[in-house]
Amino acid sequence: MSTVELSAIGKRYGRHWAVSGVTLSLEAGERLALLGHNGAGKTTLMKLMLGLIQPDAGSVRVLGGAAAAGNRTIGFLPENVAFHDAMTGRETLRFYANLKHRAEPECRALLERVGLSHAADRRVSTYSKGMRQRLGLAQALLGGPKLLLLDEPTTGLDPALRQAFYDIIRDLAAGGTAVLLSSHLLTELEERTDRIAVMNHGRLVAAGSLDALRAQAGLPVEIHLRTASGRQAVVASALAALSPQPQGQNELLLQCRAPDKMAILRAVAALGQDVADLEVVLPGLDAIYATFTGSDAKDAAA
Amino acid sequence: MTAVITIAAKELHDGLRNRWAVTATVVLAGLALALAFLGSAPTGHVGVPPLAVTVVSLASLTVFLVPLIAIILSYDALVGEVERGTMLLLLTYPVRRWEVVAGKFLGHTLLLGAATILGYGAAGVAIIAVSAGDTVQPWRAFLTLIATSVGLGASFLALGYLISSLVRERATAAGIAVGVWLVLVLLFDMGLLGVLAATQGRGISPTVFSWILMLDPADVFRLINLTSFAEVRKYSGMTGLSTLAQVPLNALVTAMLAWIAVPLGLTIAIFSRRQL
Repeated sequence: MSTVELSAIGKRYGRHWAVSGVTLSLEAGERLALLGHNGAGKTTLMKLMLGLIQPDAGSVRVLGGAAAAGNRTIGFLPENVAFHDAMTGRETLRFYANLKHRAEPECRALLERVGLSHAADRRVSTYSKGMRQRLGLAQALLGGPKLLLLDEPTTGLDPALRQAFYDIIRDLAAGGTAVLLSSHLLTELEERTDRIAVMNHGRLVAAGSLDALRAQAGLPVEIHLRTASGRQAVVASALAALSPQPQGQNELLLQCRAPDKMAILRAVAALGQDVADLEVVLPGLDAIYATFTGSDAKDAAA
Repeated sequence: MTAVITIAAKELHDGLRNRWAVTATVVLAGLALALAFLGSAPTGHVGVPPLAVTVVSLASLTVFLVPLIAIILSYDALVGEVERGTMLLLLTYPVRRWEVVAGKFLGHTLLLGAATILGYGAAGVAIIAVSAGDTVQPWRAFLTLIATSVGLGASFLALGYLISSLVRERATAAGIAVGVWLVLVLLFDMGLLGVLAATQGRGISPTVFSWILMLDPADVFRLINLTSFAEVRKYSGMTGLSTLAQVPLNALVTAMLAWIAVPLGLTIAIFSRRQL
């Protein structure tokens, strides 16, 4: 049984479909990144899973039941999480723990885990963005959730904090929690999620592992060559069939489809001393994302 | 049900932390004491039990002040949290929407109740301390005043939540809250007076008039406090009205409870359907 199963789900606000025809599942222990521009439907999708809003089409099943607000085994961190400024961090967490029927020691442990112990008795109004975000994560982790929904969790965090954030998420996933996180910071997701789902205008335009998305996007692999001094023209003519593009002095750029990569590398190796160095660049998440959410996104989905 | 208590406790805590409760108590106590001591000065030595006079003047003050305090406390209770984003997170917890409304209502009512009881109670204690024990004080009237002040406050709290559940922005809620206060506390009576003057009192029978007064929680409060007790009635200038059509006390109390229950029920119904 999947932790989350969305089938052909749709949600309409007035005449505008915020989400339509999305079919997606999330397994226990899986980390799924939801990518998309602002307004692509990421938050709406999370609200549907949380049971905060009801779908106008399709069905949502969460942890084996219909999505319903108030499920104790779901943790949620909203985008730009807000707390009551007059309360301290500890009081805030106690408040949420009471609502989930969790005891005091768990709060202390969670504050420790997210690195807020030293500031627990300060008012939330004195917290930095990063501290609020950590408090937000702490409340989402109350009760050891089986499903964790994180909406833009790392916006505004410095790199060290972001790393700590992903470490916690990795540990949770290893313990069997299904984690769904939305982001538009693409590059940081590459190594930190198992699967990526790309949303555009309320539709799911691609889903899969990074490798699968690369293949699906059909983006070229780039090979950067640095030639020996003065040999740029010689190398260019030897590789003329691949239409190399000169890049400044002694550099050439080749583009090829992923399956052709090895054949080209062998041809380059045959040129001997004329090629001083080479670098193979696989298309990154940014490029893949741009392909799926660009003007031809509808064709890619079809 | 524990969620209601958790939310109520948080509201109580907020009210105590931000000095709201202390300020409200001091204001109410100060005004009550001022009225108790200065308000009885004009009556001089004609043997009036000061408490009866205090009840009259305090009732007139309460009608303006308590609804204002209550509606200021409650108008942004829901829309404010929606706007700040705290409501979205709260509703993902095992909390039903009626529990959110009920918890806030309970917390705010306790705050307002404590401020009223302490504030007016202080005035009552001061009056005992200075008055000679030879006259019988209308304590029932005074206790009724305190109880109905809390009731009046609760009904304006409920009206504030209703406003809060209807609008999308805090600023709109604030505007409507001031309007509702103005209409119920001032304009309703002025309008009624205008109608009476224009028809020279013949348009509306005394019975109908009494029932019309039930349409305004402030008037329900006035009727309970100014007409229900003979000692108070003498000084309230309400003898004429009350002899014409005395509304039974239990009908008045029912009306006051309805003014709490109906807005609160509507708030829960509306808030439960609201999309976030």
